[in-house]
Amino acid sequence: MDFLTLIQIFDSTIRLATPLLLACLAGLYSERAGIFDIGLEGKMLMSAFFSAAVAAVTGSVWLGLLAGIASSLLLAGLHGLASITFRGNQLISGVAINFLAAGMTVLIAQDWFQQGGRTPSLFGGARFEPIDWPFAEALSGVPVVGPIYSELLSGHSVLVYIAFLAVPATWWVLYRTRFGLRLRAVGENPAAVDTAGVSVVGLRYAAVAICGVLCGIAGAYLATALQAGFVKDMTAGRGFIALAALIFAKWRPWHAMWACLLFGLLQAVALRFQNIDLGGVVIPVQAMDALPYILTVVILAGFVGKAIPPKAGGEPYVKER
Amino acid sequence: MDKMPKWADVVLIPLISLILAAILSALVILGIGEDPVAAVKLMVSGALGSTYGWGYTLYYATNFVFTGLAVAVAFHARLFNIGGEGQAMLGGLGVAMVCLYVPWPHWSIALLAAMAAAMVFGAAWAAIPAYLQAKRGSHIVITTIMFNFIAAAFLNYMLVNVMRPEGSMDPATERFPEAVHLPTLHELLAPIGISFSKAAPANVSFLVAILACFVVWALIWRTRLGYEIRAYGHSETGALYAGISPVRITIVTMLISGALAGLMAINNVMGEAERLVLNSTEGAGFIGIAVALMGRSHPFGVFLAALLFGFLYQGGAELALWTSIPRELIVVIQALVILFTGALDNMVRMPLEKLFLSLRKGSA
Amino acid sequence: MTVPAIELKGISKSFGPVQANKNISISVAPGTIHGIIGENGAGKSTLMSILYGFYKADAGEIWINGEKTEIPDSQAAIAAGIGMVFQHFKLVENFTVLENIVLGAEDGGLLAPSLAKARKELEDLEEEYELFVDPDKRIDEIGVGMQQRVEILKALYRKAEILILDEPTGVLTPAEADQLFRILHRLKEEGKTIILITHKLREIMEATDTVSVMRRGEMTATVKTSETSPEQLAELMVGRKVLLRVDKAPAKPGKPILEIENLRVTDEAGVERVKGIDLTVRAGEIVGIAGVAGNGQSELLEVLGGMRPATGSIRLNGESLPLSGPGADGQARRARHIAHVPEDRQREGLIMEFHAWENVAFGYHRDPAYQRGIFMDNAALRADTERKIEKFDVRPADAWLAAKNFSGGNQQKIVVAREIERNPDLLLVGQPTRGVDIGAIEFIHKQIVALRDQGKAILLVSVELEEIFSLSDRIAVMFDGHIMGERLPHETDERELGLLMAGVAGEAA
Repeated sequence: MDFLTLIQIFDSTIRLATPLLLACLAGLYSERAGIFDIGLEGKMLMSAFFSAAVAAVTGSVWLGLLAGIASSLLLAGLHGLASITFRGNQLISGVAINFLAAGMTVLIAQDWFQQGGRTPSLFGGARFEPIDWPFAEALSGVPVVGPIYSELLSGHSVLVYIAFLAVPATWWVLYRTRFGLRLRAVGENPAAVDTAGVSVVGLRYAAVAICGVLCGIAGAYLATALQAGFVKDMTAGRGFIALAALIFAKWRPWHAMWACLLFGLLQAVALRFQNIDLGGVVIPVQAMDALPYILTVVILAGFVGKAIPPKAGGEPYVKER
Repeated sequence: MDKMPKWADVVLIPLISLILAAILSALVILGIGEDPVAAVKLMVSGALGSTYGWGYTLYYATNFVFTGLAVAVAFHARLFNIGGEGQAMLGGLGVAMVCLYVPWPHWSIALLAAMAAAMVFGAAWAAIPAYLQAKRGSHIVITTIMFNFIAAAFLNYMLVNVMRPEGSMDPATERFPEAVHLPTLHELLAPIGISFSKAAPANVSFLVAILACFVVWALIWRTRLGYEIRAYGHSETGALYAGISPVRITIVTMLISGALAGLMAINNVMGEAERLVLNSTEGAGFIGIAVALMGRSHPFGVFLAALLFGFLYQGGAELALWTSIPRELIVVIQALVILFTGALDNMVRMPLEKLFLSLRKGSA
Repeated sequence: MTVPAIELKGISKSFGPVQANKNISISVAPGTIHGIIGENGAGKSTLMSILYGFYKADAGEIWINGEKTEIPDSQAAIAAGIGMVFQHFKLVENFTVLENIVLGAEDGGLLAPSLAKARKELEDLEEEYELFVDPDKRIDEIGVGMQQRVEILKALYRKAEILILDEPTGVLTPAEADQLFRILHRLKEEGKTIILITHKLREIMEATDTVSVMRRGEMTATVKTSETSPEQLAELMVGRKVLLRVDKAPAKPGKPILEIENLRVTDEAGVERVKGIDLTVRAGEIVGIAGVAGNGQSELLEVLGGMRPATGSIRLNGESLPLSGPGADGQARRARHIAHVPEDRQREGLIMEFHAWENVAFGYHRDPAYQRGIFMDNAALRADTERKIEKFDVRPADAWLAAKNFSGGNQQKIVVAREIERNPDLLLVGQPTRGVDIGAIEFIHKQIVALRDQGKAILLVSVELEEIFSLSDRIAVMFDGHIMGERLPHETDERELGLLMAGVAGEAA
């Protein structure tokens, strides 16, 4: 495998890791606040559709992004309503949201575009274009550093950079701000937050809303940057891989980034090579597909360090003495 | 005192949830420019207006009874088995192996063997998440989700690389031999003079599904194991006090749950497709969640809810055929049912409880 | 007359059909310690939760320093200068002391300045009130006494002028409790107003200036502490003269039934809770284990009941009892004729959603008498339940009622009936009368004594010294996982036991 191939694989790793990372950070906010969210997939899917649909109709990818975020926020609000206001089962709510998105996107796509549940292909201003860094062209000839700069780092859409900047931002918010302190506290012991005079409901809705925004960006990235338009079920389990990455990262921002890059790499390798021949032993592509899930199970099993979720996670908060 | 009578909990709340889901679904249909009344009429005539329609409705319902029971049994131990889909896929693999690789003299013996294989494979797929939950506290919801994806990849591998007949481009096994063909309702009912559509896939598995409802009912409410499962589901510390091993109950319950989900394969793989194809489960494992929630985890409720979803599935297929409403409408309805009967349960329950409380105060 | 710091006027609150507070009025002068005493379930905590904005009263007014104040949430309570130390601490376990104190009272959006300011102020508060804690320790690294100080500091950091403490000594040793009361006096001297909720008469008599008594949601009296007596308060609490002693004949101890040697228990967190104890219980005697909650008594009972593993040796009727593995679960214990009335009937002894008749089989559901073939013989079970309901006067006498719909006393009767009617060789009893009304207490005590008189061995664990005194034929005191000593009830008094409970060893036992 030559250097350029390697660069290309890493390049596609970054592209593929981006939606995972955005969704993973989305889940991080929600779960750190004590709201389990297995509906990341649905929110991404919803946003993927609406961003592509609005971008296709208006020709503006930014309007598309806004529409995507709004639709994802709507589902996040529904999750909040079920799991915060009505203290329902967060897992069941997540399941419902995934199905709601899977059904509604196709239903509306069919109604609006009559193309069998897809949007028209996006082009021009309706897509996020790659951003070339200064001197990328000029430096591409320089050995080693050149390709890294011009191929690997430069030339991604703005959403990719947003996703990776969101990692230090999330770390900073979580550990250096009042909001972060309260957010972490409400996921560990909501009663402590409540008796300290801070609204548990407000905090949790805020966390769920941030989750909605990030899922919205993730979905929009899928439909308007990674690909050019929406197709049925286009998230293809990415929401669950993001969830897996979150567990893998033990709910910590920097670790989340590395986990998403790892899973992105697996996807990139599977995309490029199909079956991998390791000197006689052929690893089928399906094994690569399954690897993120297998790794997550191994982590969950606690064989490689125990993944302990936020203590109050999954439990609706009921005031008691 | 209970806040409201039992009948309200068992009948009224699911009914109201269902009505809410129906109203929203009607709005969705209106929203995409179709007439909900006409749609319902079409669904009813398509799903229940002919023995052909009934044949499909019952075929789907059979799938959902199995997956619904699977989720319901796990619910009794307060375990959320979201992995019915993967367990049913593996069940299909078991059925395919039994049907393809063993020469059976008669369908009845083949059915028994296929049931055993389906249950063993389904249970085996549930065993690892069960063990990890019981012994290491790994959240079973997450592990069963992961196992759904692993199952899909595994089945894909088996069909593409191992079981696909030579020369075929289709990721599927070859057709099962004629000897393992399960009698359809047409073949079962013809001897007693009832004519039933030949083309419909409903088959003898439907009777197995009914039987499974009775068995599960007896298991949960009439046996020691059922007693222990329910006790554990209500209180883990209580179970510990009574000498009921949480590890054992978690594992046994999940094995039963997985076996029930796997059992679905006798219907869709052996009874209908008569070969194993990719995505043979068609999401039935997830519909089991809606069915169990609506049926309040009781086998009779599960049976009714499965019939309802069978009707929706067949009706939805008819809708997609004759109107511009895609089949995904059913997915939306399914989502709404899960939402209202599961996650938003309190939204329906709290006002009702207040109502009953004020009624009681008024009469007291 | 000075304006009261707190005045509650006509507070009422009901939870569904249960009325927890009925038209309660109370007035507390500033700079005093006011006690609120009452039995479990009398409505004390509900009242204080209303004052702290945790619940909303159905009717009534709250006046703070002569001004009518609405307290819809904790935020408003804090703003009104009220701080509360809950019975179960409201701390984030994986946060530091400092982070817990700052939480909800930060200055500005950034954390660093808030923490720096809090650290400074904490030092001042510590100086002022002698409330020393290490601000950088995590909550899960410090003991309960320290955690309680953090709760008090939290309130003071929020400039609380009124401090409510709900059953603050439940988890403390007598020494720690004394220290707490010194702190409270100090706070009072600084002009703070303190409300102390407790069900312990001794604390009221020692610490308070005035006291209110609550009974079944109603305020029955408010008196000056100096003008009342424990007897009078007790009577006001329960509504009639209390029988402090149970009528019983002297014990006639027989052969040893239970022999414990060097028993050690390590909990899930790896903490050793029982540190090598020896204890013998003979046929025909009641051995009571006294101690502050959390000193290993619960773990001892749980080991004997098959709920947790241990090391060491336990012999029952001379034969050894497995202490770990599958032969050491609750089923195996029952097979060896050990019956167990657990400390927490709602979480352990009963399945609250089960019918009474299902609960009567709980733990004995594998008894062949309850089986018919592969199924359970529910008819036999229901017949058995009817009999037990009758014999133990369970009300309402309805075998189909779910356990949660019985009162605490009747729930406990179901448990006691189930366990005693097994005619066990050894009966384990944990907190038999916690949250049980006085009529049921007498009944349950009599049943326990009656079983003793049949020559059975009984091991009683209770945090209520009165109960220990009135039931036990022999008393062992546990502290920090050790048995500090054994005493005969007529040869000791509460003072001596209190010292042992605090870990101060008396003369060799």
